[in-house]
Amino acid sequence: MSFFSRLAGRQPSSKQVAKDRLKLVLIHDRTDISPAVMEQLKDEIIAVISKHMDIDRDGVEIKISDESATESRLVADIPLLKTPRRRR
Amino acid sequence: MGAQVITVTSGKGGVGKTTATANIAAALAADGAKVVCIDADIGLRNLDVVMGLENRIVYDLVHIVEGSARLRQAMIKDKRLPELYLIPAAQTRDKSAVSPSDMIRICDELRPDFDFVLIDSPAGIERGFRNAIAPSNKIVIVTNPEVSAVRDADRIIGLVESEQKGPAMLILNRLKPEMVKRGDMLSIDDVLDVLAIDLIGIVPEDEQIVIGSNRGTPVAMDDGSRAGQAFRNIAKRLRGENVPFMDLDKQDGFFARLGKMIRPGG
Repeated sequence: MSFFSRLAGRQPSSKQVAKDRLKLVLIHDRTDISPAVMEQLKDEIIAVISKHMDIDRDGVEIKISDESATESRLVADIPLLKTPRRRR
Repeated sequence: MGAQVITVTSGKGGVGKTTATANIAAALAADGAKVVCIDADIGLRNLDVVMGLENRIVYDLVHIVEGSARLRQAMIKDKRLPELYLIPAAQTRDKSAVSPSDMIRICDELRPDFDFVLIDSPAGIERGFRNAIAPSNKIVIVTNPEVSAVRDADRIIGLVESEQKGPAMLILNRLKPEMVKRGDMLSIDDVLDVLAIDLIGIVPEDEQIVIGSNRGTPVAMDDGSRAGQAFRNIAKRLRGENVPFMDLDKQDGFFARLGKMIRPGG
């Protein structure tokens, strides 16, 4: 990508794309957790939590985030459904 | 004391392991160290041609392992430098002809007589790699600023740690400062940020490397090339000297300087 198209389109540089892709792929390489396993984990978490709360199933996001090169954590963002106020 | 056994490895093929081994060995030997290189890439030997010693091979690593040659018989002396030797790989055998314990035994035999034993590892993470790291005190991982090479380097770092051979050190090879400046190549900081490893050298892309391997003369033997200088710096760091990293922007061409004027900070 040229300098000008980058200016015009505000697209990230190819090295930034490379770095972001690398970070993601290394998280999975290092933890030995494939994207498929993450999908399964997500489904199971949804099943467990929805036994107790009303959640927005489509809005659930589970990812491994890398705080630094040596530390990572599992982050789950689980939006709750707006429940009507109790009337009784 | 005995020699330091240093393994040069990478995971991915084609990133410059053999070139790095030949050049670091030449630089160490030119500095007065006693150096022996072992080509551990059984079946795909190449260190001999890069060093320019291919016509003098009689015995190889497998002959030593099988006892059909003594260690000294298989060592080819590089006549250009006072104390540089090569133990070539066998070309007609496969990795299973050598075991990790064979490598440990051979290196133990070499240690008293040398300052450095440099092992050129094959690509991959299988037997050949295991052989190459088994006897080593220090592991140097070569990578390029490309996603595939960095990913494989990360895998090797993990394996080296699990073998309790760490911490490994990194050579970032074939860096193109112009592309980094344009934002089209991972920078040194990007690679170190992703891999969390100590750096022992940065080698710029340099046509002289191809010319050197064409001739069988590692560039570190001659003055004048930037890659050769980078390898000599690595050799000094391996000897414990504190050498600052080269300023890769120093030899910018006219257009690069012009570009900088037009878009400062770009």
